[in-house]
Amino acid sequence: MTDRIKKASRHTSQSEGLIFEKSAPGKRGIELPRLDVPAVDARQALSAAHVRETVNGFPEVSEIEVIRHFTRLSTWNYAIDLGMYPLGSCTMKYNPRVNEFVARLDGIATEHPFQPIQLSQGCLKIMQALQNCLLEITGMDAVTLEPSSGAQGELTGLLLIRAYLESQGNPRQKVLIPDSAHGTNPATAVIAGYQVENIRSDARGQIDVERLRQTITEDVAALMVTNPSTLGVFEQHIAEIAEILHANGSLLYMDGANMNALAGIARPGDFGVDVMHINLHKTFSTPHGGGGPGAGPVMVKKILEPFLPVPVLAGKSDGTLTLDFSRPKSVGRMRAFCGNFGVLVRALAYALAYGPGIRQATEDAVLNANYIRKHLEDVYELPYKSPSMHEVVFSDARQKKYGVNTIDIAKRLIDYGFHPYTTAFPLIVPGAMMIEPTESEPKEECDLFIDAMRAIAEEAATNPEVVKTAPHSTRVGRLDEVSAARKPILRWQPKASGEAAD
Amino acid sequence: MRYLPKSPSERQQMLAAIGVRSMEELFTSIPAAHRLNRPLNLLGPLSEMEIIDYFRARAAENSCGYTSFLGAGVYNHLRSVVTDALIQRGEFLTSYTPYQPEISQGTLQAIFEFQTLMCQLTGQEVANASMWDGSTALTEAVLMAQRLTGRHQAIVARSLHPEYRDVLATYARNVSLEIDEVAYTPTGQIDAAALRTAVNDATAAVVVQSPNFFGVLEQVPELAEIAHAKQALLVVAITEAVSLGIVRPPAEADIVAMEGQSFGLAPSYGGPFVGVIATREKFVRQMPGRLTGQTTDHAGRRGFVLTLATREQHIRREKATSNICTNQALCALAAAIHLCLLGKEGLKELAQQNLAKARFAAAELAKIPGVQRAFSGPSFNEFVVELPRSVKMVNADLLQDKIIGPLPLSGFYPELSKRGLVCVTETTPRAEIERLAASLRQILDRPV
Repeated sequence: MTDRIKKASRHTSQSEGLIFEKSAPGKRGIELPRLDVPAVDARQALSAAHVRETVNGFPEVSEIEVIRHFTRLSTWNYAIDLGMYPLGSCTMKYNPRVNEFVARLDGIATEHPFQPIQLSQGCLKIMQALQNCLLEITGMDAVTLEPSSGAQGELTGLLLIRAYLESQGNPRQKVLIPDSAHGTNPATAVIAGYQVENIRSDARGQIDVERLRQTITEDVAALMVTNPSTLGVFEQHIAEIAEILHANGSLLYMDGANMNALAGIARPGDFGVDVMHINLHKTFSTPHGGGGPGAGPVMVKKILEPFLPVPVLAGKSDGTLTLDFSRPKSVGRMRAFCGNFGVLVRALAYALAYGPGIRQATEDAVLNANYIRKHLEDVYELPYKSPSMHEVVFSDARQKKYGVNTIDIAKRLIDYGFHPYTTAFPLIVPGAMMIEPTESEPKEECDLFIDAMRAIAEEAATNPEVVKTAPHSTRVGRLDEVSAARKPILRWQPKASGEAAD
Repeated sequence: MRYLPKSPSERQQMLAAIGVRSMEELFTSIPAAHRLNRPLNLLGPLSEMEIIDYFRARAAENSCGYTSFLGAGVYNHLRSVVTDALIQRGEFLTSYTPYQPEISQGTLQAIFEFQTLMCQLTGQEVANASMWDGSTALTEAVLMAQRLTGRHQAIVARSLHPEYRDVLATYARNVSLEIDEVAYTPTGQIDAAALRTAVNDATAAVVVQSPNFFGVLEQVPELAEIAHAKQALLVVAITEAVSLGIVRPPAEADIVAMEGQSFGLAPSYGGPFVGVIATREKFVRQMPGRLTGQTTDHAGRRGFVLTLATREQHIRREKATSNICTNQALCALAAAIHLCLLGKEGLKELAQQNLAKARFAAAELAKIPGVQRAFSGPSFNEFVVELPRSVKMVNADLLQDKIIGPLPLSGFYPELSKRGLVCVTETTPRAEIERLAASLRQILDRPV
């Protein structure tokens, strides 16, 4: 079957130990400018009790060694720049390089959050431009850019709901969360002081509207819905769901993780959503960077605006911008300063590149997902047949009979030159294989992916061992995660022990 | 559109393969009433050159050409072009969270090295893969102490960064955590006697910052003793991580919450930075956030994986230790690279330069009639000055000389009117320190 592996070939990769293992006393990779003031004796300046002599175990290496070390490590990673990254729900799209360039400009990267407001107008205008863009795309009324990530956006949204309901006399106790939701939703609800009530999806993977109507109670503060859902399916009855909630005095929260399926096509503000977050590291292409940084702006309807976290961007009568801290009803501050500003810069650069043309990106993302679905639905089980938007969720049901599961297939994809899809999520699909190509994939790459998936389906039937023991082409094979968790080794230790912290 | 890799005819081919006639048909699952029937009203599309022009124009509306003496949680330190070149390699920049270890060993090993460096610096036994920033790391550290002790009160130093205190207050409100505050003394340090009285059997954590918001070092061993006497935990926040090159680490603390921005990250108007939580090994299962661990594959080769994930939201959902998912991995990588470049000697020299420059600046400013140090405790690279008049008014005059002066403290501390926080780092040339002193002297010489 290996002749079917078209996208990848073997090549030599460099071996490399830990940086600490290359260290030798006296080497360094940065030299400082000469000190232009009198040196001081730290022991005298701070008193001996406050002074440390050295940092035990700290590396000592030269500049070229640092370059080689991290360059070698980098070659062990897969990346969007290398090829398709079909991780469902994660939206791994192209990260434009100009966004990196502008985020590093003098006058942008160099700015201090406490500098005078009249010397910060450029930063504030960037924030204002991004705010306007997010409001237009989502159809909401007001926004905060402060949350550091999607999860913090969720928390901000729930705190806004709580503050609003408190102002109405009762914060209520419960948040309803569909069983198809991201794990951050229930984890967040708890920090916001709410009990989580999981609600079951119906046979089509949608929220069961009739059941919701019958079971909703007065202690429900909100429903958190992901739309399109984690199955990649638009909630058909979203407006009705909103009506049921509103009639009950509850609010509708939308997890905007999948906003890339809607941008330019439909606006949550137009179908009843009261508060939502958007992941700038998904829809707005800011780089994942191996796990962050991201940003999770929150958009709200007018009724929630008084409660937004401080500071709030505001206009002054002279036409300049400022940060407003005197907001008596605010939920408070979610993090220090003004959020992940550098991420906001990149997101705005992305939005400016498209303008209204962002609709084309949405269309291409949905086109790619449906194209892949069409070419794989005869070999992989499609548990929910509803029309797909930006992602499609198959299951390993047909491969199970050969002893091959979703993780095996995912690992085998690596040998074919692809990053795996998302495995085992959403939880409502046993053996889920969640595929999101994004708009960044050319037809050619989609075709290669389809070929790879079809070849693996054949292998699963004819030579399951090769799938179950994959990957075969990587530096390391499947790693022993059980031992890693049972006896955690979470840091390097020098061989000669006894080096106490000084 | 240059980011979209399809020709019109390829789109048509793909639509035909799917069996639909138009793009419109792909969206029929969205009820017609909810579909937008107009183009979005957005600026753009812009070419690459136009995007650069747009941001250059914004940059020109900021503080270029001014010399700044601001710190207070965000520091101007040297940044090597090496770090920036390495973190912009596509394999780091455009990779996802390393959930597939076989093709993520680069990120995983780098995080393992980051965790090790953070342990070495803080004197703690384990450190996580990063938090959003120092303020959220501090907040999560306190929530962690609440879980570990089963107690529901935190005693917080008033000299903790005011915005960190605000974030803690936001989170505390809905998790039944009571926050009490302890004042500072004329040294600028926490009032240890008042703390001793305040700590009780309901105290989950004593929370201090060192160097604190006034730049003053706290007596961590004594504070640990006070907390531990009542079986409370000591949480130490660090906003100026470069201090650890010369200042004794808070090894007696139970949890350290640190902002790592000083390690090669640009001020960037407040983010993205890198939060760190470091603690004792026995507390690891109550830690928030991702952790990388060392293990082996079937052939016995060393490799790294994300581990102890049963603490995390994607496994444990509502029972998770935190809701954090996306963290600040690329910033952690930048910090790790920066620290490897600095190395043992470089970090120490860097810290010594900061100490020397701040000492020099404090002495220069103290020569001006009416200007004096506000606190007597030992400080690293920040110190509070007391001026004979409003800091805001003085700063307005300093701006005329293209100097961004001390941070006025009255907004955060009403009792500290006429006091300003000065920060001096290795990036501040002596000539600029002397220019600040000369300018300030002139301003104060003038009648109000």
